[in-house]
This record gives sequence, structure tokens and C-alpha cells, in this order.
Amino acid sequence: MMDDHWLPVIFIALMGLAVLIYAVLDGFDLGVGILLPFDAGETSSESQRDTMIASIGPFWDANETWLVLAIGLLLIAFPHAHSVVMYHLYIPIAIMLIGLILRGVAFDFRAKAAVSQKLAWDRTFKAGSLLTSLSQGFMLGQYVMGFDTGWQAMLFAAVSALGVTAAYSYIGATWLALKTEGALRQRALHWARRCGRICFAGVVAVSVINPLVNPGVFARWFEYPLVMFVLLIPALCFAAFIWNDMTLRRQLHGDSRHVARPFFVTALIFALCFTGLAFSFFPEIVPGRMDIWEAASAPESLRFILVGAVLVVPVILAYTAFSYYVFRGKTTELRYH
Amino acid sequence: MLDTLLLSRIQFAANISFHILFPAITIALGWFLFYFKLRFDLSGNPVWMRAYRFWVKVFALTFALGVVSGITMSFQFGTNWPGYMEKVGNIAGPLLGYEVLTAFFLEATFLGIMLFGINRVPQKVHTLSTLLVAIGTSLSTFWIIALNSWMQTPAGHELRDGIAFPVSWMEIIFNPSFTYRLIHVLLASGLTAAFFIAGISAYRMLHGDSKRAPRLALKTAMLVAAVLAPLQVLVGDLHGLDTVKYQPAKIAAIEGVWETQKGVPLLLFAIPDSENRTNHFEIGIPRLASLILTHDPDGEVKGLNEFKGEHAPVGPVFWSFRVMVACGLLMIAVAWIASYRTWRKQPLSTGFLRVLVACTFIGWVATLSGWYVAEIGRQPWLVHGLLTRDEAVTDLAPGNVALSLSLYLLVYVVLLLAYIQTLRVMAKKSVEVEEFETEPPTLEGSLPNVDKTARGSST
Repeated sequence: MMDDHWLPVIFIALMGLAVLIYAVLDGFDLGVGILLPFDAGETSSESQRDTMIASIGPFWDANETWLVLAIGLLLIAFPHAHSVVMYHLYIPIAIMLIGLILRGVAFDFRAKAAVSQKLAWDRTFKAGSLLTSLSQGFMLGQYVMGFDTGWQAMLFAAVSALGVTAAYSYIGATWLALKTEGALRQRALHWARRCGRICFAGVVAVSVINPLVNPGVFARWFEYPLVMFVLLIPALCFAAFIWNDMTLRRQLHGDSRHVARPFFVTALIFALCFTGLAFSFFPEIVPGRMDIWEAASAPESLRFILVGAVLVVPVILAYTAFSYYVFRGKTTELRYH
Repeated sequence: MLDTLLLSRIQFAANISFHILFPAITIALGWFLFYFKLRFDLSGNPVWMRAYRFWVKVFALTFALGVVSGITMSFQFGTNWPGYMEKVGNIAGPLLGYEVLTAFFLEATFLGIMLFGINRVPQKVHTLSTLLVAIGTSLSTFWIIALNSWMQTPAGHELRDGIAFPVSWMEIIFNPSFTYRLIHVLLASGLTAAFFIAGISAYRMLHGDSKRAPRLALKTAMLVAAVLAPLQVLVGDLHGLDTVKYQPAKIAAIEGVWETQKGVPLLLFAIPDSENRTNHFEIGIPRLASLILTHDPDGEVKGLNEFKGEHAPVGPVFWSFRVMVACGLLMIAVAWIASYRTWRKQPLSTGFLRVLVACTFIGWVATLSGWYVAEIGRQPWLVHGLLTRDEAVTDLAPGNVALSLSLYLLVYVVLLLAYIQTLRVMAKKSVEVEEFETEPPTLEGSLPNVDKTARGSST
């Protein structure tokens, strides 16, 4: 018999996993959308857009489903936290949903609507991706600041919005560096370096401000006996940024080894940042207001869904891996409808 | 004055009405695609592949609209109806969770392989992917209808301190109205997809498409509809009998019966007047409603006056029901005429093709009106007997909801117009494409930057 005390812990771990997978997978989809080029007077940018969108075409829908799972787990396992979060983030959520709608439908409309409308749908694609990323970053900032509505909190949320957008662009660019060739790949490497640096600045800003404004967070990171151990996270993160930047520079100058490395190192950076955030707040689910046990739903409901999750999530991961295996290799070989 | 409750209700109605349009097509269209693909695999006849290729693109577009509007739905509960999750979250949460776990990932992942993987996996794996997408859409229906039915006829739970806790998941899922509603909804999707396929195929033929694929698709769709439409009448009747038992107030609104009486006429026309609690300009067939609802011409039907203050607005339910039934009868007539002509090997006249084009979206009208009967008929309850909408709504300021509602409405109107316009573009484009009988079936090339000869193979 499962001890009821552990059920919320298992579910927060599952939810964290879903959020992290979402941020990496839909992160690169959104990043690719944000990076879509619209060069004036250049015909090559249309074919670059085609290749870029083709590189995420088979995956985006399943990637987006991790968001539905994450929000579903919040709803199922922590209904009280769900209500608080949804209440405070009402307008940013509405804007994010509009962004997701625009991005999602643009995939099909750009390829199927009248040819004269393709450019407009490509712009919609980019705008939808940008809107989604900015609102997600804004929500992250608001969440960290405990839904404060003062100007400092708003400023922080704005920085966070830019930071998340840069991070998605970063992983999107490294995805393109992995999946594309030739001129587009060169472009992607440039984008990756630039976005990586902006992202780094964003991560530093958030890491400095977060412990300064949240005393609990400060205590956890700096007054704990394990301070040397936990500081490994930022140290590793810093090293990963530098290493990635060096790899990208070498690849820009023609080094054709390790094409997949930047993408996976960026995913590692995502995981490290996420672990850092989780460490700052666990076991609180709404910072400063409620912990996971206060927010949890009935044990009989959690057990019922846990059985399903334990059986189904490995299957989902297996066929997701199968799908990436089917569409391995460079995107120019991909036949898009 | 528009308050948060009314705005939230309008927003939920707008979201779900927009959303349901697309699953209503894709649930059954997925099975049509599997059938086309399977026929091709078994016979090697390229015409099945051409039918598949055209409809898989329509499926992709429709599915994408369903996905994005579905994500909006999944946020609605928390953003606008926090009381709903507070009170029945222990029941609703896991059902929604199982929908995501068993259906959403399955259909989304294999959709990628179905759409883009035809040259990358063996044919059997591709056909299997098509099957898994169809299974995914149907599983999704299973879970969401389980939740919806539980809200109509709750069972298998107990209340502790006013919060619902699960007792038996079997009773929760297989609650009294679940089986009828699930079959009713699946058949509705079958009919919606069948008339959608027939309408667009007829449109292509009217625009000079002389190929076999649209004729074959039209024939298949109408034969399916000829079987499903009368079946739907039967299931609808059983569903109605079930509702008499568990939600008599909804039946009273459907039939426009104010006072409990015996030998109730079936009203073909009436203007229900909620103010004076009576009907005007009634035209009815004597005793028929009693016969249908109790299978006895003198059977007693409970009237709305027994449920004062606890029943739905009568007019919308009364009229939605009649629109749904009228669509159903029209579908039977059209499907049977088309099937009869097919059986007699008579070609379909231009006039009849125009009728089919006019009926392209008849399934949408029937599905929406049926949905309104079920959902408006449940008012003022969110969960019948457990939770009213007033208890569940958020206490956000109306301005916030007004802003989000305006954004959604604007986007939905644009997308609906773009969707129908794009279907037209796709149908017209397919008329111009030539068929190459010798083309290998695996050449599904139409990457926008792939050369035109490869692209020509798509029907």
C-alpha cells in the first residue's frame, strides 16, 4: 500500500518532468517559429522557412501535448494550486492560448491555403510563436514573484519573458543546426551563438534577483550546509554555456563534428535551470502560499491516475522515441505535405 | 449588464462550439482514412491511395484546428470555473488525465508518422499508424463523454464535506447515460464526416473533376450514412428513454410540456413562453410524444412546472431539438436516395450533387444543436444535482473575461472563414491535378520546395 504522504511528491515529480519535456520539445518548435527569416527582396528566405517548418512538422503536435499533460497534472493532483495559478494568470494564459492557436493552425494553412496567402500565414506562424514564448516567460516571472503586481515584479516578469524567448530561440537554433545543412545551418549557428548569450544574461539576471527578493530562496541556496553541493548547479550551467559557445564557434568555422552536441547541451542547460528553480521552491507549489500537501487532491483519485501514468508514460516515451527515430537525419530529405 | 457569470458562460459556449466542429469530423474521418488505406493495401488499386491522399490533407488541417481549440478547452475549467474543480475535481481530473495519457499523445505522435512518414516506414507500419490515430480520436471521445455523461447523470461518488470523492470508478465511467451518449456521439461524428466527404467530393465533381477517387469517396460516404442515419434514430430514442428516467426536466423542455399530463402530443411547432409558462401557436400530433417517451400513447410525461426554478430555458432546448431531428431526417432521405442510385448504377444528377454540396456541413448543424439540447438542457446545473454554475464561476472582474472572450471570438471567426475557404482551395486544386496511373503510390511528394513533377501525384 502506497503511503499517502508520498503521492503528492510523486505527482509533483511527474508534473516537473512534463514541464521540462515540454520546455525542451515545444521550446525548439517555438524557437524555430521565432527565428523564421523574412529577408526583404530575398527569395531564399521562403525556402529556408519551408525547411525550418518541415524540420518540426512531424513533432510539434505531440510536443505541445506535454503542456496539456502538465496542466492536466496540476489540475488533477493539485486542484487548489491550479485555481490560484489560473486566477492570477488569467490574461497571460488567454494570450498564450491565442499564440498557440495561431502557431498551430499556421502549420497547415501555410501549406494548404491559396498560394497568395502563404506569406501571411508564415508571419502568423512567427507572431504566434513569439506571443506564446513571451507569455510563458511572463507567467514564469509572475510565478516566481508570487503573483505580485508591483512595478518591480512586472519588470522582473518582463525580463523573464525576454529570457524565456531567448532560451527557446537558443534551443530552436541548435535544433536547426542539427537538422539542416548549408546556408541555413550557417545562419542557425549564428543565431544559436547570439541567442545563447542573451539567454545566459537572462539566466544570470533571474538567478541573482530570485534569491534577493525571495528570502526563503536565499536561505535555501546560501545558508544551507550543502551550499557547496548545490552551487554545483549554477557552476555546471555556466560551464555548459561556455562549452556550447565554443562548440558553436568551431562549427561556424567549418568543424563538422558533433553536430548534435549543441542541441543536447542546450537541453542540459534547460534541465539545470529547471532543477535550480525546483530546488528554490520545493515543496511549495505556489511560492509563499501553499505546499504540495495542502494543494493535493484526494488520495483515491491520485492512486487511480497513478496506475495509468505508470503504465502509459513509458509507452508514450517509447513511441515518441520511435517517432524521432523515423524522422532522423537532415530535414531536406523530409517530404512535407 | 454583462457579469462574469454570463461572460464566462458565453466564453465556454463559444470555445466548445468552435472546438466540437473539428473532432466531429476527425473522429470518424480517421476511420474513413484507415478504410481507404486498408483497401489500398489489400487491393493495390491506386484509386484508394488517391482518395486517401486527398482526405489525409483535409484531416491534417481539421485535426490541427481541433488540437489548438482543445488546448483552449483544457484551460477553461481552471480559468473560469474554479468551483468546478474544487467540488468535483477528484472525479473530473482523472478522467481528463486519462484522455491526455491514452489518447492525446497516441494520436499526436502517430499523426506525424501518418502525414509525413509514408516513405520512411514500411507500408504496414504506416497503415498501423493510421489505425492508431483513429483509435486515439475514439479513445479521446470515450473519456470526454464519460466525464460529460457523469455531469449529466452522476454516479459512483460520495460527498464528504460537500466535496465529491470517488467510490467506484466503474460506476463513474459507466454512469447511466454514458453508453447511450457515447454511441450517439460516435454515430453523429460518422454522419458528420460522411456528409462532409460527400459534399466536398460532389463539389469537385461539379467543378469538372472526372477522376474516380471523388466518386468512390462519395459512394463510400453515402453508403455509410445510409446505415448510420437510421441507426442514429434508434439510439436517439433509447437515449431519450434514459433521459426520461434521469433528467425528466430536460425532456419536459425538449417536448415543451409545462403541466404533467397523459397522452402528450408531439409538438411540431410552438413558441414556448417562459414568462407565462405556456406555449403559443402549438401544432402537434396527438399522443405521439407519450408514445415515443413511454412507448404507450396514454403514458404520463412530467411537466416543467414540477421543476420550477430548476429547469433549463425552454425555447433554446425545444428548438435545438427540432433542428437536430430535422437534420437527421434530411440526412436519412439524402443518404438513401444516393445509395439507391448507386445500387441501381445510376449517375447522380447535377441537381442532386448540388444538394450534397449544400449538405456538406449538415452534420455540424445537427451536432451543435444536439449538443445544445444536452448542455442547455442540463442548466442551471453544471453537475446535475450537485453543483450549479453560479457556485462554480470565478470571481474575476468582468473586464478580464470580456477581453479574453473578444480575443477568442475574433480568432474563431477568422479561423472558421479561413478553414472553409481553404477547403474550397484544396478541392479546386485537386480538380486540376492529373492522375498518373503508373505513378508509384509512395511518391507523396509535395514539399513546397520539391519540384512540380513530384507534386503532381497528389490527387
